[in-house]
Amino acid sequence: MSAATQGAKPYYFVPQPSPWPIFGACALLLMGTGAAFWFNGYEAGPWMCLAGFCVLVYMMFHWFGRVIDESEGRLYNKKVDISFRWSMSWFIFSEVMFFGAFFGALFYVRNISVPDLGGGTLTSHFLWPGYAAQWPTVGPFLKDVFTPMKAIGIPLLNTIILVTSGGTLTIAHHALKSGHRGSLKFWLFVTIVLGFSFVCLQAYEYHHAYTEFNLKLSSGVYGSTFFMLTGFHGFHVTIGATMLTVMLVRAFRGHFDAEHHFAFEAAAWYWHFVDVVWLLLFVLVYWLV
Amino acid sequence: MSSITQPIGGHGDAAGGHEHHPSGIMRWITTTNHKDIGTMYLWFSFTMFLVGGVFALTIRSELFEPGMQILRPERFNQLITLHGLIMIFGALMPGAVGFANWMIPMQIGAPDMAFARMNNLSFWLLPPAAIMLLLGLFVPGGAPETGWTLYPPLSIQQGMGMDLTIFAIHIMGASSIMGSINIITTILNLRAPGMTMMKMPLFCWSWLITAYLLIAVMPVLAGAVTMLLTDRHFGTSFFDAAGGGDPVLFQHVFWFFGHPEVYIIILPAFGLISEVIPTFSRKPLFGYASMVYALCAIAILSFLVWAHHMFTVGLPAAGILFYMYATMLIAIPTGVKVFNWLATMWKGSITLEAPMLFALGFLFLFTTGGFTGLILAIQPVDVQFQDTYYVVAHFHYVMVAGTLFAFFAATYYWLPKWTGHMYNETLAKWHFWGSFIFFNVAFFPMHFLGLAGMPRRIPDYAQQFTNWNQVSTVGAFGFGLSQLILLYVVVMCIRGGKPAPAKPWEGATSLEWTLPSPAPYHSFPTPPVVQ
Repeated sequence: MSAATQGAKPYYFVPQPSPWPIFGACALLLMGTGAAFWFNGYEAGPWMCLAGFCVLVYMMFHWFGRVIDESEGRLYNKKVDISFRWSMSWFIFSEVMFFGAFFGALFYVRNISVPDLGGGTLTSHFLWPGYAAQWPTVGPFLKDVFTPMKAIGIPLLNTIILVTSGGTLTIAHHALKSGHRGSLKFWLFVTIVLGFSFVCLQAYEYHHAYTEFNLKLSSGVYGSTFFMLTGFHGFHVTIGATMLTVMLVRAFRGHFDAEHHFAFEAAAWYWHFVDVVWLLLFVLVYWLV
Repeated sequence: MSSITQPIGGHGDAAGGHEHHPSGIMRWITTTNHKDIGTMYLWFSFTMFLVGGVFALTIRSELFEPGMQILRPERFNQLITLHGLIMIFGALMPGAVGFANWMIPMQIGAPDMAFARMNNLSFWLLPPAAIMLLLGLFVPGGAPETGWTLYPPLSIQQGMGMDLTIFAIHIMGASSIMGSINIITTILNLRAPGMTMMKMPLFCWSWLITAYLLIAVMPVLAGAVTMLLTDRHFGTSFFDAAGGGDPVLFQHVFWFFGHPEVYIIILPAFGLISEVIPTFSRKPLFGYASMVYALCAIAILSFLVWAHHMFTVGLPAAGILFYMYATMLIAIPTGVKVFNWLATMWKGSITLEAPMLFALGFLFLFTTGGFTGLILAIQPVDVQFQDTYYVVAHFHYVMVAGTLFAFFAATYYWLPKWTGHMYNETLAKWHFWGSFIFFNVAFFPMHFLGLAGMPRRIPDYAQQFTNWNQVSTVGAFGFGLSQLILLYVVVMCIRGGKPAPAKPWEGATSLEWTLPSPAPYHSFPTPPVVQ
């Protein structure tokens, strides 16, 4: 490792001063304060949120566009590539921990708080007599009756869709590595279609839950954990599918070659991560009821 | 530690060749330079330290006498909350990131951080978060009255200040995660040839571990406050027994973040002290490898002890025993560190410049705070001390006399490198003695108050507590005023002073001292070779 082996490229890549981060900071300030105003009934709130979101999207277009230009301009050397790999891995680790908080909450309510509220405990005897601790539950005080989600049906179909999309994405990756551009575009496109199908089916399932099953976000801890876990997962699938769409657009523009395509790989890592989270959800939220 | 040869090649434009940067305010807004960003982090940290300090002095003024004098109880509790959040998320954490930004590239022989643009965003997310926290004071209902731990059900019942705080925490979390990914990647990937992991200065090691902790727990905090938000506005029942949830669930999730968080605050300080003590003892650090292993052991244990913050919520006896013994285990790696620092000084040629004075102050006072922590770890004792001023005394000994003193030590240690000038040693020593004496005047009496049963976070108190509260308030004002000396010394040092040589401390060995003072804009355009 010495400067000489790096050829014409500089040993390190340090970007020029950039105007884009401050746009991101302002966007989040607008979105955060806007959401706080919104949730407390101020009319300006949603507009501030929307404005912040627009600034954020504007920033992302320019910032990520700049990164793509630098990458396609071959300004990134091996060292930068390794940095990207480390950073994406750690980012996914942070996402794992985020979902961990909600899976932890699910574990806690199923194994500790709900059993403790009913069924022969002192709490049950003195505070909630007659509450039978069972899962699913709306809790000892709420009176809504709902039908829980079943694993067979849309959730199973969605599992098949996501697992398949992991496979098609891998085929696309192999096509990219062996230089088959047509195959890359086709299988990437199939993956994206599967991804957005998943999101649409999930939206349909939510609609079904609200209208037919009387299952809502406010249906006790079952509703809370069900919608928060599947909701955040669905949000992440949307982000992942959007990333893959960007990769498809780039593939059509002739970006990437067999050696040089970390953006594609990062999106693929992310996709496999949401895939694994879904498998956990399928088992822990839908199946083991 | 290791000798250093000349960098390969000259100081050309290998790093991109843009010594030129926009001038004026745009330099700071658009910068991708680790030194500029580090400087902004440090000034932000100091500003927040003064803001949080003013809140603290307001609290101490109210507590000068029993009864209500200057604050309404709601406002008192709001200031308690904001003092905690601002000192932790605004002063201590950004301060540590500021030192990391300045020093890690220089200590490992890199030109900058791995992701220089993201580094800028990590910093610039902090002022919006601070604005949102402080905005809480001016909206209907005011800032949260929950204390920085934001426990439900009280946090569910707060006004919109709570929502602003929740979103501020999200934004600060994003900033911390990006900053940590940057630091980890820089350390793992941008070390100069020959700079093996076990040759790295201890400060870099401490930040590697800290960054890992941050990435692991900040998302969990984000999850916790998100659940608060949906419980407040969208009808979920995570923390509501009526729907099958449990307020104690929040405490579990919060402290799963919160306990590693206290190591996030102290580990960089350990790293800074491990730089200062060898330099002024003119001896290599004693037990380098065991220091690294101790850091790792503390990091692992920090995930297994969170429920010692919840000893009075009604945990099962087996759980209490586990968390009690696991907590006591942490004293072992921490003890290893303290003994290694002592052994480093043993038979060294010690001189007592300001950095070393603060390091010694750290050693005495942090160890005191560690001992009171060990006492609080004993559950039957903690049942008595829970939510008393004894706990307040304990964590101020580790966070103020621990982390903050380490920051002061590091500031004086590296000021010559940052500014190219020597600071005023006499005034710096006054700063130390003012801080050291008044810190103890302010916080030592809190042990007595807590042992006597004075509860924390209450604006009024029984008359028998008056004397020690008055002593404490006098100490707090003395401590606050002493910090103005620091401000004066730093400003004067930036404006001028005796030119500093490349290595003003003869005992210093790490890589940053091979660079001229002030350090060039891009630290190492081509990597030095470490042997």
